[in-house]
Amino acid sequence: MTNKQTSLFRRKLHERTIKYFFFACAATSIVVLFFIAIFLFHEGVGVFRVVEITDFLSGRRWAPARVQPILGILPMLLGSLFVTVGAMIVAVPLGLSAAVYIAEIAPPKIKNPIKSAIELLAGIPSVVYGFIGLVFLVPWLQETFNLPTGFTALTGSLLLGVMAVPIIASISEDAIYAVPRDFREASYALGATKWQTITRAVLPASISGISAAIILGGMSRVIGETMTVLMVTGNAPIIPDSICSFLRPVRTMTASVALEMGEAAKGGIHYSALFAIGLVLFTITFLLNLIADFILHRYKEAQKR
Amino acid sequence: MNRVQRRRFAQATAFALLAFATFLILAIMVGIISFVASQGIGAISWEFLTAFPRSGMTEGGIFPAIVGTFYLAMGTTLISLPLGVFAAIYLVEYSYQGRLIRLIRIGINNLAGVPSIVFGLFGLALFVRHLGLGVSLLSGSLTLAFFVLPLVIRASEEALLAVPQGFREGALALGATKWQSVYTVVLPTAVPAILTGGILALGIAAGQTAPIIFTAAAFFTPRLPDSIFSPIMALPFHIYVMASESAHFAVTRHLQFGTALVLLAIVFGINITAIIIRSQMRKRRRW
Amino acid sequence: MSATMLTVKELNFYYSKTQVLRDVNIEIPGNEVTAIIGPSGCGKSSFLKALNRLYEIIPGARVTGEIIYNGGNLLSRDVDVVGLRKEIGMVFQRPNPFPKSIYANVAYGPRLHGVKRKELDRIVEESLRKAGLWDEVKDKLNKSGLDLSGGEQQRLCIARCLAVEPKIILMDEPCSALDPIATAKIEDLIYNLKQDYTVIIVTHNMQQAARVSDKTAVFLTGGKMVEYGETVKIFENPENKIVEDYITGKFG
Repeated sequence: MTNKQTSLFRRKLHERTIKYFFFACAATSIVVLFFIAIFLFHEGVGVFRVVEITDFLSGRRWAPARVQPILGILPMLLGSLFVTVGAMIVAVPLGLSAAVYIAEIAPPKIKNPIKSAIELLAGIPSVVYGFIGLVFLVPWLQETFNLPTGFTALTGSLLLGVMAVPIIASISEDAIYAVPRDFREASYALGATKWQTITRAVLPASISGISAAIILGGMSRVIGETMTVLMVTGNAPIIPDSICSFLRPVRTMTASVALEMGEAAKGGIHYSALFAIGLVLFTITFLLNLIADFILHRYKEAQKR
Repeated sequence: MNRVQRRRFAQATAFALLAFATFLILAIMVGIISFVASQGIGAISWEFLTAFPRSGMTEGGIFPAIVGTFYLAMGTTLISLPLGVFAAIYLVEYSYQGRLIRLIRIGINNLAGVPSIVFGLFGLALFVRHLGLGVSLLSGSLTLAFFVLPLVIRASEEALLAVPQGFREGALALGATKWQSVYTVVLPTAVPAILTGGILALGIAAGQTAPIIFTAAAFFTPRLPDSIFSPIMALPFHIYVMASESAHFAVTRHLQFGTALVLLAIVFGINITAIIIRSQMRKRRRW
Repeated sequence: MSATMLTVKELNFYYSKTQVLRDVNIEIPGNEVTAIIGPSGCGKSSFLKALNRLYEIIPGARVTGEIIYNGGNLLSRDVDVVGLRKEIGMVFQRPNPFPKSIYANVAYGPRLHGVKRKELDRIVEESLRKAGLWDEVKDKLNKSGLDLSGGEQQRLCIARCLAVEPKIILMDEPCSALDPIATAKIEDLIYNLKQDYTVIIVTHNMQQAARVSDKTAVFLTGGKMVEYGETVKIFENPENKIVEDYITGKFG
């Protein structure tokens, strides 16, 4: 080979090496995701030698520390569900209202300050929410509703609802913002008011993005939230079975893991059961994310056309 | 009322409700901040910020927790920022749309959705036990680094996408290789925005509790961490322990408020810095 | 008649499934200014991107055919693209100085190609002089290239291009973002450049093509080249009826 060819070859090799290095970095996320699944499974699978997977999911009692442990996570599954539903009832109307207000109504001057403020709200650590819930909301609810304890599902739902607002608001706002101007102009041209334009043209057009926001930002985050619920919901593994259960203590899957990992012997059944709960959590959020991703992807494809 | 008036009334009511909801959210935020600030300010003193806890953590300061949080946030950023920036460089500069890229993107989106406590379990299984790093600053930083990675990637991607295509074409047309065009023109242009992403990661790492409970955090350490293999105290975990796990939770309320105030101040300080840098950048941008 | 610099044979250009150039054949002479004119969407910008292979960074872009330069086909796989782009420089539609100092902008190319530091000052000054910008910027070489006016930015980009000593300069509607005075300066510059360089300029402005070029090629929608010849002839006595309609403004 001539000198020129050698240097050309070396340069191409150099460029290719750099490219593969960056590719490896980009692939890290998916490798980590894969590793998370592997390790949860590896550490958690042991529990299924003791208990059938269906019994694990539908068992009504949780007593992992006994000599003959009883491992049913239904109370925690339902606990997470209750708290999440409650939180969504708080977060969706507030978050959507804020998104619509910021995207369509707010005067330009206050728009950015409001957005920044909501961004800051998103930055408040969950332990601080938990702490405020503990010292303020718990006693207040107890007195107001004359309850035996203020550590209830409702307490968790209220706090998680507020926590989910910023993320729902910001993803929804992006979705609303992405609606093309023509939609609005066409609506105005037909004599619609601004409010009619919002409800009949803008919101329907951004519905995919908004539902993704609710699934991703809302449900997925809230189900996975740990510290706040751990600190304010009382953590009693009782099955919530009616609307009244909102005023009683409840325990979520996340709280169980955080609460009990310290006392579970490494490698034991209890330890393994907690990892299995982690696996259930991981599966639920993974599915929610896939659904949201699917909705968003389809929406983008549809927009291209 | 005639039809026009009715429509106007409906719109006015709806707008008022939306504005009310938005300002309710802002009011809640102001409420939280002022509540923590008013209750916590009394606990803040030079000693509180610079001394170790005393008497079974019922007196003294939170110095080791501040230091621990600082180390943890730095460690997290040091690991996640380069990794995230490199990943974003691949996604923005090197890849074309295709199945593989779609798969990687799904991976990033899903990683962003994994609950923080699950990251804690993952860190415990992989770093603490399997790799034998123990409950340590390193294990916690690694766990948190993967936790914030999707965010760093997205912020860096946005930063790179904001670099005009003309800069890349200009460099390539002058005979730059792909990497030279990225290294000499694209990256320098994107640096301020990438740093903003890094700062945000710092803020998130400082505030997290669940991922570090099993991987890095200790109730109490008599000394400051002397290596990356030491367990550490951290502000968020300290608040949790004092408020929820300690037998003396009632008598240490003022210390808990003080700690919460310090944590909020740190996290807000970091986030506000990022917001200011970003808005300055937008003002100064000339392309 | 100057020697042929580039010979384009049967060039086809595709974006995914859309074809933007069809069987283009053209011989471009050295040390002359060749203008490519035509309505928007006729593929004239794509044509330039094929010549320095910048089309490669556009996802889905593909070319077939041959472009003979220096005795070889520059579209062939084993061509050193970096070396090629050193010899075939390009100036873009929107001025795109890097967000660096004026000096660093001009020195960018030479630095990449390993020119010694001692020589940089000379190259920068020479290139800026050739681009007719030296007197305006010699006292503020450390200022950002983005501080200059649009016309100055474009001349800075020309200087930046000259600094790597290309043989051919491709210009993609270099004046479309500029005012008439800045345009006139660039046109003068183009006229002078042909002593040392071969210039290929794409423009939608027919007067500009008539003013600066020696030869003109007319592309029409669908990516076909319909006529090519001496600029004077194309504008005064075109062979093709469609070209005549286009030149006289009957469509386009």
